[in-house]
Amino acid sequence: MTTPTNTVTTKKPDVLVSVNDAKLHYAVGGAFAAMRGKSTVVKAVDGVSFDIRRGESVGLLGESGCGKTSMGRLLLKLEDITGGSIHFGGEELSKIRRKELKSFRSKAQLIFQNPFDAINPRFSIRQTLAEPLENAGIPKAEREDRIIKSLELVKLPEPAQFLDRYPHQLSGGQLQRVVMARALILQPEFVVADEPVSMLDVSVRAGVLNVFRDVRDRLGLTAIYISHDLALVRYVCERTIVMYLGRIMEDGPTEDIVHEPLHPYTKALVAAVPVPNPDQSHDPLPIGRGAPDPRNPPSGCVFRDRCPAAHARCAAEVPQPRPVGSRLVACHLF
Amino acid sequence: MPEIAVQKPIGIKRPNILARLFRALRLPTNDPFAVAGLLIYLIFIVTAIFADSIATHDPTEILYTPAYDLAADLRPGQDGFIMGTTSLGRDIFSQLVYGSRSALLIGVTAAFMVALIGSIIGLVAGYFGKWVDAVLMRLADIAFGIPFLPFVIVLAAFLKPSIWNVVIAMALVLWRDTARVIRSQVLTLRTRGYVEAARVAGSSDFKIILRHIAPNILPLSFLYGSIAIGWAILTEASISFLGFGDPDSISWGYMLQDAFASQALAKQAFYWFVPPGICIILVVSAGFFITRGYENILFPKLGR
Amino acid sequence: MTEPLLSVRDLRVSYQVGRNFVHAVDGASFDVPRGSITGLVGESGCGKTTVARALTRVIAENATISGGQIMFDGKDLAKIPEKEMNALRWRDIAFVPQSAMNSLDPVYTVEYQLGEVLRRRGGMNRKQARARSEELFEMVGIDRGRLADYPHQFSGGMRQRVAIALALALDPKLIIADEPVTALDVIVQRQILDQLKELQTRLGISVILVTHDISVVAYICDRTVVMYAGKVAESGTMHQTLTAPSHPYSMGLRNAFPDLQGAASGVLTPIEGAPPNLANPPAGCRFKPRCPFALDICGSEPPVIDVAPGHPVLCHRAKESASLRIEAAKTETWMAPA
Repeated sequence: MTTPTNTVTTKKPDVLVSVNDAKLHYAVGGAFAAMRGKSTVVKAVDGVSFDIRRGESVGLLGESGCGKTSMGRLLLKLEDITGGSIHFGGEELSKIRRKELKSFRSKAQLIFQNPFDAINPRFSIRQTLAEPLENAGIPKAEREDRIIKSLELVKLPEPAQFLDRYPHQLSGGQLQRVVMARALILQPEFVVADEPVSMLDVSVRAGVLNVFRDVRDRLGLTAIYISHDLALVRYVCERTIVMYLGRIMEDGPTEDIVHEPLHPYTKALVAAVPVPNPDQSHDPLPIGRGAPDPRNPPSGCVFRDRCPAAHARCAAEVPQPRPVGSRLVACHLF
Repeated sequence: MPEIAVQKPIGIKRPNILARLFRALRLPTNDPFAVAGLLIYLIFIVTAIFADSIATHDPTEILYTPAYDLAADLRPGQDGFIMGTTSLGRDIFSQLVYGSRSALLIGVTAAFMVALIGSIIGLVAGYFGKWVDAVLMRLADIAFGIPFLPFVIVLAAFLKPSIWNVVIAMALVLWRDTARVIRSQVLTLRTRGYVEAARVAGSSDFKIILRHIAPNILPLSFLYGSIAIGWAILTEASISFLGFGDPDSISWGYMLQDAFASQALAKQAFYWFVPPGICIILVVSAGFFITRGYENILFPKLGR
Repeated sequence: MTEPLLSVRDLRVSYQVGRNFVHAVDGASFDVPRGSITGLVGESGCGKTTVARALTRVIAENATISGGQIMFDGKDLAKIPEKEMNALRWRDIAFVPQSAMNSLDPVYTVEYQLGEVLRRRGGMNRKQARARSEELFEMVGIDRGRLADYPHQFSGGMRQRVAIALALALDPKLIIADEPVTALDVIVQRQILDQLKELQTRLGISVILVTHDISVVAYICDRTVVMYAGKVAESGTMHQTLTAPSHPYSMGLRNAFPDLQGAASGVLTPIEGAPPNLANPPAGCRFKPRCPFALDICGSEPPVIDVAPGHPVLCHRAKESASLRIEAAKTETWMAPA
């Protein structure tokens, strides 16, 4: 693997998260298959590099299996990195010891995809929100107040009435607000939101997205928003990173990507997003059939087997991200 | 099913400790078989506790009739012996009553050990995964390879004959079933969002296991515990019957062995060996009835 | 105008939950014209899946069709005996359940499963079934060589194609597909929709597409039926309902969708609150608690008013829909519901 073009500069004070050639490889097929040399290595994340400045909101966009969720988990140290490094506030994640993990957990938080699953059904809302406070050693007397404040932050009306309720007594929109409140209760600097509205009904999605935007701006959060839906990413993020089979295809300002996608994969992705407007004309998709197979990616450029513009060089050489205007694009066409 | 969003603003009070315990135990009280099983248990537990007042004689004492003859091989009702006497002049009813005590003692301790060891190993293996899981599950495989009854006999040969041999053997071997099942349950629980959420919230592994995972596997522990009760009693009976039991303690298995050795069948002394047999069957099947009830709670989709 | 293929009148379906009845579908009426794609849109719990299932009478054990008519080809599907209904299923009306792509049996090859349907229900012999399977695979755009594969060897999108092939197996007149693309990625979703549209046009069949996503409706449907809390809020051509939504709920839904083509600064407007509990629905209009235009009169059962020919709307204020639409486009309107 060659060195990626944008190397880390942890000295820059405004960079909060710095990812350098991050890899998450794991063997599938179990220990016995590994012994016989029969296991396959799945490269969920394969040489990804990017920096996130403080206060920036970045969308991680891609189809299922592209590694966006794995990337998010790496950023939160929920998965052990198998290559490269991630720095958070100048500190390398893999060097964080068990004892310091608590302090990291209070700074970097996750908003879950499925609110119906993210809260223990046996826990009341009060118990749910008290857990992080307890772990952070916040005295009991202060907890109630912080819980109410965090529920107010996510715009749950009359928060006190929810404290003794159990998850099944709340609607999806309310639950997702509780999930957000739990993530924000320790006042983190960095939040990863993993498709936070995909399980919600359409009419309440907008409310949750608005709360997310509002809270982020108010607290000056640095945020990663993981989604397969460019329209949603566009609504909350000024910058978008497009991933495909564990690698970055394109990285740049969201508006530029929406209006003039450069990478052939991004082009297909933008063209495929359905639009709620009946008069919108649709061009045929500029992409081949088939689906990405993480167990068996093509050589060279991982997208080449579906790419309409693939040529000989794409099979031979992995395209490295290159600056094109305001963006980085990993394609031999640029 | 339409999704029913419950919106009623009801202030749920925290249920009291007893109610919480009952909810945690989740006794299967709506299954008629399970209720029957629970009732049988209740009767035996009461008998075991009050054995001293219920039994009419000392079960090991050699008794004499009012005419000062040895009270051997008396039929039920004869000379005031409710269920008759053994060939050595011991009171069968009292033996039966005291037998419930050792059955219960063995059953409950064995069940407790099996459920406890199995649950802890299952929890640890399932939650931590990787090499911890590999090591523990290979141990379980080894335990699966051990033939149970011969193992108890060998153990009795090494240690001195005692009713506790059965408990030790069960604790050493039978945790495997519990551990395996609980492990697989933990594997699915571990992927639940709220377990991950607890991790992100900074909770320690111990706290996550205790608070978020253990409450969900509790009914499974009880299920395997109640199976173990039956197993323990049955095993103790087999061991005693084979003559490897504790000669100083009265158990139903000992009674059967005693009856067998004294050729009770040839003497047509059904009153001697049928009652302990029935007691064993009742207690063991009660365990399985309760198991059935737990199964309906745990796997409602089996639809019986 | 020719008679519609399917005509649903005042359909009622209720679930028994304990001793209570939950009226999941409470008087739904709509038509499905021949050779069209009709989108059945709504949020979870609005009754759209229950309607779809009731049309083939494949409903849950505790559910009953408690009233109404389902006229299909001159027969009332709500009344005909089960035997007759069974003969119609798959042959005339095919239902593709929501998890169809995951309901293929993992231990049999896809060919075997297709063949099973063709032989058992279609009365074909082995050879005919083989030929038909190949034809079906070609129709849904899968290489015929993959017939011998097992379901796990297919990707999600491919399995959805197989599910469509299964539905098409016996040349039905109507396919009812429940959220066929919801679990799929945008690119695959688009490819499946294109395939469905192409097949529908080529075979001249009708499709009912159950979905929560109005952009899917905008992309592929000819007609729309918008459901809310067990009732049809409005129905009409796709253009009528999306460019001139006349029920406040549809207007609100339109605002809640992010639009990739719209202005970047646009703000999404949610509909506050949540759909009502159907075990205990509000009196009168069921959207009243969330509706910014609710009046006192909305406490009584709303009438069905045709705002245009073939565009019925279930709303007291349907006649004012043009002016309400202007109000509904403003975010402030939805900030404090009545």
